[in-house]
Amino acid sequence: MKVGLFIPCYIDQFYPQVGIATLSLLEKLGCEVVYPQGQTCCGQPMANSGFEHLTTGCNTLFVDHFQDYDYIVGPSGSCVLHIKEHLHVDGKEEAATHIRHHIYELAEFLTDVLHVKSLPAKFPHKVGIHQSCHGQRGLGLAQMSELVAAPFSKPQQLLEMVEGLELVNLKRTDECCGFGGTFCVFEEAVSVKMGKDRITDHVNNGAEYITGNDVSCLMHLEGILRRQNSPVKVLHIAEILNACYE
Amino acid sequence: MEEIVHKEHAELAEAFNADEARVDWHDETLWWVRQKRDKMAWSIPEWENLREAASRIKHNVLGNLHDYLLEFERNAQQNGAVVHWAADAAEHNRIVLGLLKEHGVKRMVKSKSMLTEECHLNPFLADNGIEVIDTDLGERIVQLAKEPPSHIVLPCIHKKKEEIGDLFHIHLGTPAGNADPKFLTAAARQHLRKEFIQSRVAITGVNFAVAETGEMVVCTNEGNADMGAHLADVHIACMGVEKIIPQRRHLGVFLRLLARSATGQPITTYSSHFRKPKEGQQLHIVLVDNGRSRQLGREDFRNSLKCIRCGACMNTCPVYRRSGGHSYHNAIAGPIGAILAPNLDMKEYKDLPFASTLCGSCSNVCPVKIDIHQQLYKWRQVITQEGYSDTSKKAGMQMMNMVLSKPGLFKFAGSAGRFVLRVFPGIANNRLNPWAKQREMPKAPAVSFSEWYKKNKK
Repeated sequence: MKVGLFIPCYIDQFYPQVGIATLSLLEKLGCEVVYPQGQTCCGQPMANSGFEHLTTGCNTLFVDHFQDYDYIVGPSGSCVLHIKEHLHVDGKEEAATHIRHHIYELAEFLTDVLHVKSLPAKFPHKVGIHQSCHGQRGLGLAQMSELVAAPFSKPQQLLEMVEGLELVNLKRTDECCGFGGTFCVFEEAVSVKMGKDRITDHVNNGAEYITGNDVSCLMHLEGILRRQNSPVKVLHIAEILNACYE
Repeated sequence: MEEIVHKEHAELAEAFNADEARVDWHDETLWWVRQKRDKMAWSIPEWENLREAASRIKHNVLGNLHDYLLEFERNAQQNGAVVHWAADAAEHNRIVLGLLKEHGVKRMVKSKSMLTEECHLNPFLADNGIEVIDTDLGERIVQLAKEPPSHIVLPCIHKKKEEIGDLFHIHLGTPAGNADPKFLTAAARQHLRKEFIQSRVAITGVNFAVAETGEMVVCTNEGNADMGAHLADVHIACMGVEKIIPQRRHLGVFLRLLARSATGQPITTYSSHFRKPKEGQQLHIVLVDNGRSRQLGREDFRNSLKCIRCGACMNTCPVYRRSGGHSYHNAIAGPIGAILAPNLDMKEYKDLPFASTLCGSCSNVCPVKIDIHQQLYKWRQVITQEGYSDTSKKAGMQMMNMVLSKPGLFKFAGSAGRFVLRVFPGIANNRLNPWAKQREMPKAPAVSFSEWYKKNKK
């Protein structure tokens, strides 16, 4: 199984450790993983700002880099969802369709494709899950609190395999953190307030770490936590699932 | 430079956030309504099927609107009602004014109608020397405060009970400092009763208009629509053309969904059916288009006309709860307002589709399954294509596109950016950067992932 590793632009630039953990985890689970050099971005920052028409360059690059893999896996629900919903390239539609149908966010790849049943990871801490909206409501990584439907959560399923990890219960299980792409700067006041409120929920319930499937949300929460000089830290789910892996 | 006609959502929301304790209170109050809605939804095992059924009935309505409207008109006329057609808000207002003048009315009662808010009927009538008394308690409160409603179901949800006590003290003469909700409600009842008895004309909104029977259903918790309509000589019912449902039996679907979604009640206290004017009374129905045909013609946005005005999308919206209804500067606030408003005036409301994180909670609670967050995304594209984006945003996006389309440039810009962040955190982290106003910038690592990969893997 040949896996193309998709590391979104801001993870590449600011959170390389998340890329490294993702790669390490996939390799230890037996995947043949290649990181195609030259990849940049899924185009979402522009598209969500109303400039979808400017994403042709990103789309072409994406297809060129990832068309030859059985699966494309990335540690970001939001970027993966964007590709799934919007990747089209004139003249390369077949390749684009293959990618749209075979791109996975890391957690769902582990639960749905690799059918991971156990992980020898160890992380003896209290952890709160931040359900990023695009992963949850867009990709269906977990049941949504608005729907009258049976609960499930792929990230939780994986975190429960981690030795010593204690999940905290939140008052609001899936409220948005307020990152929202360029929303975080164009609507700064509301964005930060939403982030602060999410953090309060985690802190009040005793979380030492906030984890999630989207670094973008975590970057926003981390920015607020550090400004508050809070001892609470953020970690991407890959970093926890890869912790003390032997 | 584009002229700025009014403050946009971001600025109004920032002003709302100046009082954080108030934001917390507003957020908690509406979240409580959302939780009540959840409880009620879970009390019906077939909830999701019910939503699907409602969505499909409305789909049928929108596909056959012309025929259903004519069927409704025919049946309403047979029932003895007079049916008026208004192409836009101005015509709607003229029709209502004409009827009021005909009856020599200078003061009259009106129950809740978001359509008349949309048409700005109250100020129009005031300019023509006619005073409207809103009889829905929440609407009366904002009317006394000279404010528009901040929520379509809970018009004064932004007001604390103490503020309402002060308003009633000034306008209704209640004792200063009394903020007991029961007492204030009783005072409002006394005050409104006088208006009901004296009013010869009553305006109501319409929740559902049944094509098959020509009847209208008005849902209230206070009975104020009934009180007004039964006591007056003339009942004027104002409705948007999308309020049509094909048959009476479909009410069984919509009435189960409406109040549960709106306030977490199984049903509104009153679901009043108006079919025929009583002996000696006149019943006028004003059918209003006001951009609805245009929206019907926009394939991507057509489904927004399924809306039954329950307000569930507002209660669940994390942005609405923390920015307040007035920040949307439109009669209908929140996510649904943000997809309806650009159809009315794209330039005026170009900011609203961006007042969202696209989290998708709105689409999930919507009882008629409008894909609200998808439409917000699509409106963003339309607004940009039509040239309503700010120049600075456009320049930034073009720059971003240039860097992200060229791997070499991306690498250079990335390492340059990280270098700057590492060496001069003061420069990047200043007050002018909206990210850094209340957040730290991410720490810049020594190497990017791609550099690490090159060194360690290939």
